[in-house]
Amino acid sequence: MASASMLFGRTRQLVAQIDVFLDAVSQGAVVFRQGVGDYLSRNPSEFQCRLNAIDELESRADTIRREVENQLYSYSLIPENRGDVLALLETLDDVIDTAKRTLCEFAVETPDIPEDLASGYLALADASVQAVEAVVLAARAFFRDVRSVKDHLHKVKFWEREADRIGERVKRQAFGLSVDLSRKIHLRYFALHVGNLSDAAERVADRLAIYSIKRSL
Amino acid sequence: MLLLLLSGSMLLGWSLGANHGGNLFGPAVGARMIRFTTAATTCSVLVVMGAVLGGAGTTATLGSVGTVTATGGACVVALAAAATITLMSRFGLPISTSQAVVGAIVGWNAFTHTPTGFTSLSAIIASWVIAPCIAAAVAAAGYAAVRAASQHSRLHLLTIDAMTRAGLVVVSAFGAYSLGANNIANVVGMFAGVVPFHPITIAGVQVSPSHQLFFLGGCAIAVGILTYSHRVVHTVGSDLLKLSPVAALVVLFAHGLVLFVFSSQEFSRVLRGLGLPGIPLVPISSSQAVTGAVLGIGLVKRARGLRLGVMRDIAAGWVTAPVLAGLACFVGLFVAQNVFELEVSVHSGLNGVGSCRHPARDFGIPITTPESYRLFCAESESLGDLAHSSLPRGDTGIHSAVCGSFTARAAPWEAAIRSPQNSKVVPGLKTRVRRVLAAATVAAKTDGAGSLFG
Repeated sequence: MASASMLFGRTRQLVAQIDVFLDAVSQGAVVFRQGVGDYLSRNPSEFQCRLNAIDELESRADTIRREVENQLYSYSLIPENRGDVLALLETLDDVIDTAKRTLCEFAVETPDIPEDLASGYLALADASVQAVEAVVLAARAFFRDVRSVKDHLHKVKFWEREADRIGERVKRQAFGLSVDLSRKIHLRYFALHVGNLSDAAERVADRLAIYSIKRSL
Repeated sequence: MLLLLLSGSMLLGWSLGANHGGNLFGPAVGARMIRFTTAATTCSVLVVMGAVLGGAGTTATLGSVGTVTATGGACVVALAAAATITLMSRFGLPISTSQAVVGAIVGWNAFTHTPTGFTSLSAIIASWVIAPCIAAAVAAAGYAAVRAASQHSRLHLLTIDAMTRAGLVVVSAFGAYSLGANNIANVVGMFAGVVPFHPITIAGVQVSPSHQLFFLGGCAIAVGILTYSHRVVHTVGSDLLKLSPVAALVVLFAHGLVLFVFSSQEFSRVLRGLGLPGIPLVPISSSQAVTGAVLGIGLVKRARGLRLGVMRDIAAGWVTAPVLAGLACFVGLFVAQNVFELEVSVHSGLNGVGSCRHPARDFGIPITTPESYRLFCAESESLGDLAHSSLPRGDTGIHSAVCGSFTARAAPWEAAIRSPQNSKVVPGLKTRVRRVLAAATVAAKTDGAGSLFG
């Protein structure tokens, strides 16, 4: 009996940790969007707050992921899905890593973004964040309601394509400006970085599509 | 000497525990749900409980195929079965303890010219085919239900895993009890007619010789579990350990349920009470029940490459194992009787007073008075002869009830009397059966045998 109560206690704790991890990824995306907005509206103090917040969220997500991995292996939990769950958590961790890295690059390289392009970058960040939101919902569904995973995955695909489209438009606009080539390349580089977030979300979605099929077999 | 005579049975029990014990709790230990020592100890206790509390039904059925009437003969039967299992396992051939034991008993019947109880034999053989099919059907239905429930329940993946792990412990315990109840007949069933014990009283409770025998057989299985099953769990591995925890849970449940259904007198009684045919209480193959259940899950998962060779091997085992064990037993009995001058059978009559099986012995009543025994046997055997000569095979039970004469109990006698079909075939049947019962009552006045019919 003691063993059973320990088992269920440990399970509840792990379920809570996974939920906190997914919350961290989702919040990281929201903070990323706010950080890009603050940077584009030239509000450095707020931008620094966002940078600190996403750093903290990323660090928390890393810690939780390691704890969950340890627990899953130590107690041989979900043997048939363990590899999938660990890979899922790691690729989700890549998403928040990408968001943090991109904000860091804004802080370090301080790209000079013309006001004409600001709305494009903001729309690109919005689309990327939407992709992340959808993939977090899909990940939650994978744990609780595997049949509804695909209801979220198609949204990830949609927002990723949308981000690609906006990114291309921003790059065309950047190269249409009468500025130095080095600045044009710098602007393109940041369009790529912001768009990378949606690519990271898509990589998670691709894995989830396979894992959910495996679980439903 | 007693332990030497029981050595074949003890070897069978040890082998059963060593091979099947690991299957029972391997998935739970592999899932780190329970430590090996705890699992092995718990399963051992439950196996012994199952053997003592629920082993009578299957043992009686095995005894009705052929009641070995001498301890030496029972020893040879057990050793022949054990040798057959060892030999076939050595050559990688599929083998079941149930099939080897039944073959060995039929071998004893052939050697001693004892008629084989074909009604029970056919029930046992039918169960070899039916049991894996039932296990497959239960596992298929169970797996489909569990899968549907887990997909619709919106429970967290980890919660489902935790529930599965807890369930593994419960079904392992259930499987251990059922294994003890069902397979104890394979271990000590050959000694049921010549129980080499006397009734004892422990804390005011009388323990019959049969129950002592079941306890000893259960302990042999437990020793197998405690001493050797760790190799199955940790080293050798088994098909069950390769399954997912959910599939292992369903397979273990189907396995335990099938073993329980084929050994529970209460369940059979409930079915008959509902007007349904009772399940024959027969020892079935534990490993074939597991194989059937695994195949059932494969069918639900529409798994490709189901190894039909496994089924072919099982079917081949239904023939080769009993035939080999029967031959081994026949040869063994010949050697034991002619080389070692061991008494391998005792014919009914006054010679059997000392060792022949009498149901009264099961109740702890010694049959020692030659006169009462003679009276009882004369009447019952005359009726047995009558049944042999007059009754068709496959009648409503009287044949098997009376042809064993003094192994019959009150219930089948009464059923035989009440059957209008039997009364038509044998005129005066009711009177003659009553005469046997009256003889038993006379015997009761001198040695207490009549309490059987009271």
